[in-house]
Amino acid sequence: MARVLVLFAHPALEKSRVHQRLVARVPDHPDVTFHDLYERYPRLDIDVRGEQALLDAHDTVVLQFPFYWYSTPPMLKQWQDLVLEHGWAYGSTGTALRGKTMLCALSAGGPREAYQEGGYNRLTVRALLAPLERTAILCGMHYLPPWIVYGTHGLSLDVMEERGREYGALLEALVGGELPVADGRGLDDLNDVVRAHVGGGVA
Amino acid sequence: MSTESFFVQAFVYLAAAVVAVPLAKRFGLGSVLGYLIAGVAIGPFGLGLVGEEGQDVMHFAEFGVVMMLFVIGLELEPALLWRLRKSILGLGGLQVAITTALATGAGMAFGLPWQAALAVGMTLALSSTAIVLQTLAEKGLLKTTGGQGAFSVLLFQDIAVIPMLALMPLLATGHGPAVDDSHGAAAETLLTGAPGWVRALVVLGAVAGIIVGGRYLLRPVFRILGMVRMREIFTAAALLLVIGIALLMGEVGLSPALGTFLAGVVLANSEYRHELESDIEPFKGLLLGLFFIAVGASIDFALIQARPGLIVSLTLGIVALKFGVLAGLARGFRMGADQALLFAFALPQVGEFAFVLFSFAGQEGVLEPAITSPLVAAVALSMALTPLLLVLNERVFQPQFGTKRADDREADEIEEVNRIIIAGFGSFGSTLGRLLKANRVGATVLDVDSERVELLRKLGLKVYYGDATRYDLLKTAGADHAQILIIALDAPDKTLSLVHTARKHFPNVTILARAFDWSDAHDLQEAGVDAVYRQAVDASLRMGTDALRRVGFRAFQAERASQKFLRHDEESVRELTATRGQGRSEYLTVARQRIQDLECLLLADLEEAELDRDAGWDPETLRAEFGGGSLEDR
Repeated sequence: MARVLVLFAHPALEKSRVHQRLVARVPDHPDVTFHDLYERYPRLDIDVRGEQALLDAHDTVVLQFPFYWYSTPPMLKQWQDLVLEHGWAYGSTGTALRGKTMLCALSAGGPREAYQEGGYNRLTVRALLAPLERTAILCGMHYLPPWIVYGTHGLSLDVMEERGREYGALLEALVGGELPVADGRGLDDLNDVVRAHVGGGVA
Repeated sequence: MSTESFFVQAFVYLAAAVVAVPLAKRFGLGSVLGYLIAGVAIGPFGLGLVGEEGQDVMHFAEFGVVMMLFVIGLELEPALLWRLRKSILGLGGLQVAITTALATGAGMAFGLPWQAALAVGMTLALSSTAIVLQTLAEKGLLKTTGGQGAFSVLLFQDIAVIPMLALMPLLATGHGPAVDDSHGAAAETLLTGAPGWVRALVVLGAVAGIIVGGRYLLRPVFRILGMVRMREIFTAAALLLVIGIALLMGEVGLSPALGTFLAGVVLANSEYRHELESDIEPFKGLLLGLFFIAVGASIDFALIQARPGLIVSLTLGIVALKFGVLAGLARGFRMGADQALLFAFALPQVGEFAFVLFSFAGQEGVLEPAITSPLVAAVALSMALTPLLLVLNERVFQPQFGTKRADDREADEIEEVNRIIIAGFGSFGSTLGRLLKANRVGATVLDVDSERVELLRKLGLKVYYGDATRYDLLKTAGADHAQILIIALDAPDKTLSLVHTARKHFPNVTILARAFDWSDAHDLQEAGVDAVYRQAVDASLRMGTDALRRVGFRAFQAERASQKFLRHDEESVRELTATRGQGRSEYLTVARQRIQDLECLLLADLEEAELDRDAGWDPETLRAEFGGGSLEDR
C-alpha cells in the first residue's frame, strides 16, 4: 500500500472542463490526499514547512496540472523552488524524498500525434517535461512516465468522463501498487498501461 | 422672544460662526477661538448685534457642555474610567484643594473676609470643560498623557461643583438669601428643605437609577425604537435621554453634566453607542459653539476700558497662579516636561461654572457685585486666553522639547543611519513599522504620543517625540539623508502639511503617504507624494476576496479579481487627479463617469465570459480553431 499525494495546480479550475472531471474522480480514500495548491496559496505564498510535512507523510506524489506553454503553471515551479530545499530534498543530507515515486498527470491541448519526434511539436511530452524528471531523479525519486489527457480542445464530454474514470483508476492502482509500472518505465506516456489496467474503453 | 426676533438672533449667531470659525481655523487658531472672536464681534462692544440677552443664550448654551460630557462618557468605557481613578482623585483633588487654598489666601490678602475669599477661591479653582476638551480634541491631544491628566482634573472639578454649591449658603455673611432664582439649575431644588440624609438618599437613588436604568432599561427601549426604523425618533429619544437626565440631576441638586456623563459611561458598552453619539454630536457642536459665542459676547469691555489695569492684572494673576499649581502637580505626578506644559497650558482658565457660582454667591449674599463684576470679566478673558495659550505652547514651547530630547538622545548613542522615517506610529504606522523591523530594516519613528514614544525607545527603536510636520524635527530625524518618508499620521490635514514641508525642504526623499479616502488621495498626489495608500483599500479588498470565496469562487480566481479591481481602482484615482486641475465640475463629471465605467465593467464581467481577461488559461478562440465541432458538447 502506498499513500498518494495529489498536488493539483490549476489557476482556473472553474473554466476547465477536463480537470473538473479529473478532480471529481480522485478517490475518496484514506490513503489519497488531494492538495489544491492554487486554492491553498492564492498569493503563491507557499508554506514550505507544511508542504514538506505533506511530502513526508506520503509515498507517491502525483503532480496534476494543465500543460501551458510546454510547461507547468507557475505555481508548481514556485512549489519546486521553495519546497525542494537543499539539505532536505537533495544534497548530501537531503534524503527526505529518497525512494518515493513521482508522476505527472496533465492535460495537453494538442493530440497525441503532435507530441512525437516527427510531429507538430517535435518532442514528446515526456521529453518536454525533462526538467521535472531530472528534479525527481536528483531527489532520489522513482519517476514514472506522465499520464496525459491529449487533445483537450476537441474532446467530447463523453471522452472527458472516460478520462476521469481512468484517472480515478490510476490513482487507486497507485495506492494498491497494482499498476505494472516496471514495464512502463521507458514509455512516452502511461496512457496505454492505464487503459489496459482499466480494461479497454474509448481510445 | 417673538418668532421673528428669534430668527434674527439665530441668523446673527450662525452667520458669526460661519464667518469666524473658518477664518480662525485657516490661521491655525482652532474653532474655539473662532467662536469667541465671533462673539466679541457681534456682542454689545463689537457690532452690537446682540445685547444683554447674551447671558440668557449662554445659560441655554451651557447645555452643550452637558451634551459634550454625555458624548465623552460614551467614548469612555468603565474600565478606562477605573484606570484613571488615581489621576482623577489625586491630580484633580489636589488641583482643586491647592488652587482653592492659594486663591482664598490671595483674596484675604486683598482684604476680603474669609467667607467671600473662600467663595472666590473655590470658583477660581474650576477650569472650563467646554473650552479645554473641545480644543484638545481638535488638536488630537486628548489621548496624550497631558490630555488625559487634563480630562481627569476636569472630571473631578465637575464633581466638586456639587459640594461647592452646597457650601455657598453657609458662607453668607448677613444679607438674607435672595428669593429670585432665575438660574435654577444650580440653585433651588426639590430637596432644598429636606434633611441631609434624605437628600443623600435621593442623590444616591438618582445615580443608581441612571446606572441600573442605563444598563437594563435603555437597551430594550432603544431596540424597540430601532424597530420603528425612523431616524428622527431615535434622535428624539437620544435628546430625551440627555434632557431627562439633566432635569433629574437638577432636581436632586447634582450637576447635569455629571449625570449625563455617567449615563454615557453606562451606555459606552452598548451596541447603540455609535448611533447615540452621531445623533447627539451635531446638537452638541452647535450648542457648544453658541456657548463660546455667548462667552465672547459677554466680555464686558466697558468695565475693562474703565479699569484696564485691574482686570488685566486680575486675569494674568489668576492664570499665573493656576498655571503654577498645575505645572507643579504635573511634575509631582511624573509627567514629562512637554506633557506637563501641555497640561498646565490647557487648564489655567476659569470655567463656565464660575458664572453660575458667582451669580449664586451674589444671590446668597456671599459676594457683592463690586467684587463679582471684575471677576466675571477676568474669567471670560481667561477663557478667551486659553486657545491662544495652547497655540503659544504648540508653536513656541513644544518645538524646543522635541528637538532637545532628540538631541540628548543622539549625544549618548552611536548614530545609526536609517533610510526610512515613519511619521505616526498608531495602528497603521506600527503594523508597517513591525514589518520593517521583522525584516531588520531600521526606521526612525516620529510620534506625538509620549507614552508610546517611551515604550518604543525602551524597545530600542529610534524615536523622536513631536509633531512630524515641523521642519526642525524632520531635519533632526535625518530627513536630509533619508531615502523614504512614510507618512502614517491619523489626520488628513496633518498629512498634507507634512507633505508640503517635506517637498519644500527635502526634495530628494521619496514620500509614501497614507490617505483616508479618494479626495484625500487626490490632494496628496497633487502635493507631490510619490505613492498614495488609501488605508481602507487593502483590508476592504481582502475582505471582498474572502467574501467571493465564501460564495464559491476559487481562491485564486477571487485573488485575481481583486488584483484586477485594485489596478482599475488605482487607475481611476490617477485619472481623477489628472483632470482635477481643470475645475471642480469637471472632476464631478469624471467621478460620475468613473462610477458608470465601473458599473459597466461589473455588469459586463457578469454577463460576458469573453471579457474575462485571464483568457490565457482557457481560450475559447483556441478551442474554436482547433477543437472542431465538439464545442457543442458543452
